[in-house]
Amino acid sequence: MAYSEKVIDHYQNPRNIGTLDKSKKNVGTGLVGAPECGDVMRLQIEVDEETGIIKDAKFKTFGCGSAIASSSLATEWLKGKSVNEALTIDNMDIVEELALPPVKIHCSVLAEDAIKTAINDYRVKNGLEPIEDTKKHY
Amino acid sequence: MLDFPIYLDNNATTPVDPRVLEAMIPYFTKFFGNAASRNHAFGWKGEEAVDYAREQVAALIGADPKEIIFTSGATESNNLAIKGVFEMYAQKGNHIITVETEHKAVLDTCKHLEKLGAEVTYLKTDIQGLITPEQVEAAIRPTTVLISIMYANNEIGVIQPVKEIAALAKKHGVLFHTDATQAVGKIPVDVIADGIDLLSLTAHKMYGPKGVGALYVRRKNPRVKVTSQMDGGGHERGMRSGTLNVTGIVGLGKACEICKTDMEADTARISKMRDRLEKELLTMEEAYVNGSVEHRLPHITNISFKYVEGEGLMMGIKNLAVSSGSACTSASLEPSYVLKALGLDDELAHSSLRFGLSRFTTEEEIDYAIEHVRDAVLKLREMSPLWEMFKEGIDLKSIVWAEH
Repeated sequence: MAYSEKVIDHYQNPRNIGTLDKSKKNVGTGLVGAPECGDVMRLQIEVDEETGIIKDAKFKTFGCGSAIASSSLATEWLKGKSVNEALTIDNMDIVEELALPPVKIHCSVLAEDAIKTAINDYRVKNGLEPIEDTKKHY
Repeated sequence: MLDFPIYLDNNATTPVDPRVLEAMIPYFTKFFGNAASRNHAFGWKGEEAVDYAREQVAALIGADPKEIIFTSGATESNNLAIKGVFEMYAQKGNHIITVETEHKAVLDTCKHLEKLGAEVTYLKTDIQGLITPEQVEAAIRPTTVLISIMYANNEIGVIQPVKEIAALAKKHGVLFHTDATQAVGKIPVDVIADGIDLLSLTAHKMYGPKGVGALYVRRKNPRVKVTSQMDGGGHERGMRSGTLNVTGIVGLGKACEICKTDMEADTARISKMRDRLEKELLTMEEAYVNGSVEHRLPHITNISFKYVEGEGLMMGIKNLAVSSGSACTSASLEPSYVLKALGLDDELAHSSLRFGLSRFTTEEEIDYAIEHVRDAVLKLREMSPLWEMFKEGIDLKSIVWAEH
C-alpha cells in the first residue's frame, strides 16, 4: 500500500513533536490508544488564559506512518484556534487532508479522540464540565 | 554500489538464481512437450527432464526419486499431505497433532478437517517457539493418524526437534509430516535420518521459481499413501493429477542441486552476516530477538524494537524490504499470531521486524541495514510517548489504556 505524499511529508518532517508541562493549569493532555493495539497518541494543548486561544500544541505518537501523520496534522490545525473551535475538528477532515485509505481511518479517529481528551483535560482542570463525546466511535 | 531497495525478506520468497533460470529457459520454447505424451520426442524430452529433476530433489533430502510428488508449492503439498492422510487412514482414527505456530496452510487445513469430523490438538510452544517431544507424546491417542510439525518456522526461523518427534511417532505407529518449506535448502534435511514420512517443500524459498513444489511421500517402512485431492489424469502415481509444470520442475530440480552443493559455503557466509546484523542491532537499548537463537535457521533474525511500532519503522527504512509482525501490515489489524503464540506481549509483536538474508545478500547491504534501522528506531523513539514514559520509569502496565 502506498502512502500519500502528505502522509510521507508529516512522517519525515513531523510538526510539533514534544512535551508540554502537564502540571500547568493551562495545559491539557490527551493520551489515547493502547500499546497492544499498536497505536498510542499523546496530544497536548497550551491555552492562552486571556484569549482562550490554543497557543501551542505538541504530540508524541507510537504507531504507523498514518497515525504519526494524523497527530502531526492535528497539532498544526490546533494552533491558533480557540478551544471551542478545536472541538469542531472532525476525523473525516483528517482523512481527506491526508488521503487516508479505509484501513487507516482509525488513525484519524484516534487523533480526534486525542484532541477531545486533551480539551476535556484542560476544561476539568479549569473547573469546567467535560464535553460529552456525542460521536461514539467504538 | 548499492542497488535500492535492498531485499531482506527472503523468508517470504527468494529471487531465482540465474543458474536456475538458465536451466529452465529451453523448457519454455524448445522442449515444451507434455511429460505425459508417451508417443513422441517432445513428450520424452519433458519426461526425461522431470525424471532428472526428481533425482535432484530426492538427493537434497535423502529420498528415493519415486517418493517425490510434484505439486504447485508448499501450500498444496501441506493440503495433500494432511487431507490425504486424514482420508486415507480414516478407518484408523481422526486425530491430528500440530502446533500453534504452524503456517496457515497447515492450520487452516486442520481447521477445515475439524469441520469434517477431525479432532485436532494444537500444541503450545514455549517462549522460544519450541515444542518438546514429551508434549507430542502426551498428546498421542489411539486414534491419532498424523503428527504435522514444521521443520523450521517462517517468522522466527526456530527449528523444531524433528528427529526426536519423528522417532516418537514411529514408536506409536503414527505418521509424521513436516512442513519443511523454510528448512530445505538451508540446513541439512534427511528424510531417512530424520525419520520423516511426509515432507512439504517449495522452490521459491530456495532460489527457484514460484508455483512449483513437492511432497515427499515415504514408500518403505512404512509405505505411506495419501488420497489425491484433485481428480484427473492420475499423474504422480495417482496422488496428484494435472499436467506437470515441466519448466518449473526443472527449476526446482536445479535449485535443489545448487543448494546441495553450495549449502555449507552459503550457510557459513550468510549466518556470519546475520549474526553481525543481529549483534549490531541488539546494541540498542530495549531490542530483543524473538524465538530461540540456538535452534534457528542460519539466515533469519526477528527482532523487536520496544516502544516503536513496526509499520511506522518500516516506513522509515523504505530502502529496505523486510517484514513486520505488526498488526498494521495485515488487513486483520491483529499482530502476528506466531509471536503471540510464543507468549509475547502484543506490544512486542507490534514492534518486530523480520530480516531474511539470502545467498545474494552482501556485506554492504548489511552495513546499510544496520545504520538505517538504527537511525529509524532512534528517530521514532524520540516521537514515541511510550519511550518517554519508559525513560521516566513509568510502568506501562500500570496505565489503564483506553481500548479502541
